[in-house]
Amino acid sequence: MRSHRATLRIASIAGLAAALAAGCGNKGVEKGTDTKSGTRTVVVFAAASLTESFTALGRTFEASHPGVKVKFNFGGSSALAQQIDQGAPADVFAAASPATMKQVTDAGGASAPRVFARNRLEIAVPKGASGKVTSLRDLANPKTKVVLCAPQVPCGAAALKALKAAGLTVRPVSQEQDVKAALTKVRLNEADAALVYRTDVKAAAGQVRGIDFPEAAQAINDYPIAALTKAPQPGLAGEFVQSVLSPQGQATLQQAGFEKP
Amino acid sequence: MLVLPALIGLAFLVLPLLGLLVRAPWSTLGTRLARPEILDALRLSLLSATLATLLCLLLGVPLAWVLARIDFPGRRLVRALVTVPLVLPPVVGGVALLLALGRNGLVGHWLDRWFGLTLPFTTAGVVLAEAFVALPFLVISVEGAVRAADLRYEDAAATLGASRWTTFRRVTLPLIAPGVGAGAVLCWARALGEFGATITFAGNLPGRTQTMPLAVYLALENDPQAAIVLSLVLLAVSVVVLAGLRGRWVS
Amino acid sequence: MIDARLVVRRAAFTLDLALTAAPGEVVALLGPNGAGKTTALRALAGLTPLSEGHLHVDGEPWHDRPAERRAVGVVFQDYLLFPHLSALENVAFGPRCQGVGRREARRLAAEWLERVGLSDQAARRPRTLSGGQAQRVALARALAVRPRLLLLDEPLSALDAHTRLTVRAGLRRHLAAFDGVAVLVTHDALDAMALADRLVVIENGAVVQEGTPAHVARHPRTDYVARLVGLNLYRGTAGGHSVVLPGDAVTFNTAEALDGEVFLAFPPSAVALFRTRPDGSPRNLWEATVGGIEPHADQIRVHLEGPVPAAADVTPAALAELRLAEGDRVWAAVKATETHAYPA
Repeated sequence: MRSHRATLRIASIAGLAAALAAGCGNKGVEKGTDTKSGTRTVVVFAAASLTESFTALGRTFEASHPGVKVKFNFGGSSALAQQIDQGAPADVFAAASPATMKQVTDAGGASAPRVFARNRLEIAVPKGASGKVTSLRDLANPKTKVVLCAPQVPCGAAALKALKAAGLTVRPVSQEQDVKAALTKVRLNEADAALVYRTDVKAAAGQVRGIDFPEAAQAINDYPIAALTKAPQPGLAGEFVQSVLSPQGQATLQQAGFEKP
Repeated sequence: MLVLPALIGLAFLVLPLLGLLVRAPWSTLGTRLARPEILDALRLSLLSATLATLLCLLLGVPLAWVLARIDFPGRRLVRALVTVPLVLPPVVGGVALLLALGRNGLVGHWLDRWFGLTLPFTTAGVVLAEAFVALPFLVISVEGAVRAADLRYEDAAATLGASRWTTFRRVTLPLIAPGVGAGAVLCWARALGEFGATITFAGNLPGRTQTMPLAVYLALENDPQAAIVLSLVLLAVSVVVLAGLRGRWVS
Repeated sequence: MIDARLVVRRAAFTLDLALTAAPGEVVALLGPNGAGKTTALRALAGLTPLSEGHLHVDGEPWHDRPAERRAVGVVFQDYLLFPHLSALENVAFGPRCQGVGRREARRLAAEWLERVGLSDQAARRPRTLSGGQAQRVALARALAVRPRLLLLDEPLSALDAHTRLTVRAGLRRHLAAFDGVAVLVTHDALDAMALADRLVVIENGAVVQEGTPAHVARHPRTDYVARLVGLNLYRGTAGGHSVVLPGDAVTFNTAEALDGEVFLAFPPSAVALFRTRPDGSPRNLWEATVGGIEPHADQIRVHLEGPVPAAADVTPAALAELRLAEGDRVWAAVKATETHAYPA
């Protein structure tokens, strides 16, 4: 029992570390082309919730485009949007909400974004949870420690929408800075429940349990993607967007828990 | 030879601050500052940084004294351990705190079971997270002061009939007061700016665990102007306190 | 009264010192640097643990008591007044630690400050006091705990010559009024002679000589003491009124009639110097080389080297007449009436 718990804990740290890298590590992005070696690089800014699926997509893209490298910068959508507005050398932007994409299109950074995936909320509970939480209504129980995303980030806005649709008032113990942080609190069993995306529950690979709830339909999140107007590699940018929209790309996304647009 | 790099160094430190000042939405500053969530975050920041400093004083001064005065096996190791939070990324510190003091942590588990006490998501958790990252500043500063203090004053106190505790309280402590003061100021400043360990261990809830740095970070998500205002407030508070205390303690 | 045997062992040094003293007595521990005086003082105070031995004060065993439970008062070499406390609070510190109430302790302290003549400096911080004032505050602080053993570590060494004179006189008065045992550590012969009833001379951790100042001054038993009291000192073999130095270097006529191993001492002023061998008795006369010449008070001190090294004091006029320079050969003579022999 004890050793089982320890393994869980270590796995949780590893997961958390990954989440941190995704959430806070908006590392500097390299230049589009490395002319010396002849390889070309396409730089994709993508929402943190796309970490797993886009990493897989990137590998497929590299396999079908010899000499091309895909570099990702995963992070909070609004932070990414700001970086793009500030002139970050990115080719593609995949956002977790239309609002953040609008930030970029309004500034003329991109045009004609297309929705490539939709994400739905689920209630995440610790794997060994006693069954205290079975529906959205249970989140309103003051004895239940609920973690939501902060209203400033897309998953938080979606959660508020869903709760409003259900007519529920939930007092969270914390409003986390991103969805991975919210999930981590459940993984570590510090919180009894969190509202996160279904894709995040899937990515946590059995370390948390997801509970579907009907009101989630009221807060479906659209994920738009666009090649950026100032892309250093405009050709590759368009091709990457196409690959995401292709049947093969869609299959990968659905495997990760996304829904068809 | 040294003036040019010195000037560049200074510019490097000052320019970002200048950026904040230039880009600040001065016209709407007043109305933004008066918003309750800003005042809440400020109040919470000041309160938790002060409590964290008090906690650090309570634990750090004796720790520094032991490190400076008592020669025990493994002292070097203990000193290295004390400074770990200095180099540890604060977020990792927050995770470590969760694993130790969280509801399922090594110690937190028992706190919950015996006393029904859980620390994550509470203001107490904020204080603990801040104290964790700020304690080394105090210990290092005080240990230096204890080492520099003349031991013979303690001899003198002993010959006057003072017990070890009286000696510590009435002789050693006043002698090292400047070091303790400087350490407390550094400690407070570090606690005030704490972000990573706090958001990881204590979460983020306005009025309860959302300190200024957390509010800044989240405001950046959708309201950069508000983030600038919050940063200005934090900057102003730090400058006022550091300037006010520096002259007194660090001279 | 105290009865002690203090043994402190260190890596390269052992102090082994027997010491007894009667109430009201002032004992000076005199010795060169590194002799162990301060170690002895710290052992008496309880600041350095004994490796062996005992310490009884008024019949009570003190050797296993920590410093804070011994009724000692210590005046440290640089006084160690607490810099963050006023003169008055420094003096009140001891009584406060003994459980005296705040107001009563301050009243006692004020009394002591008055006794050392510093009532008007009560509120001053130590760093604003002059050396002499600080010394008196330190003395008041040590006496305010009503000690049965008063320890003074080089109490006058931090003072300039002028201040020293007045502070010494004051200290003498307070020591005379003190009814417990006072132990004073110094390397200054004058301080020791002026303040102490008895001198205990320590060298390399052991007592080499003990006695009243007058006795020690006249009967030095080591080169260190002889230098300290300004005498030439030799060991020799006596037979009646004459003393032969080792190797038959010189034979001295002495006033005392003794037999066996003796010390022979005479002051530098008793030595007369000649360019050529003077006529008369070959006794009390030897040939030497001038090793050095230096002014000494209003005289000139000539250091003589050879089988009988000695210091000789001559007047500047005599020096001019002799026209001495380093390396010159001279004859030295001492009047028998000014030599002094005593059993070794």
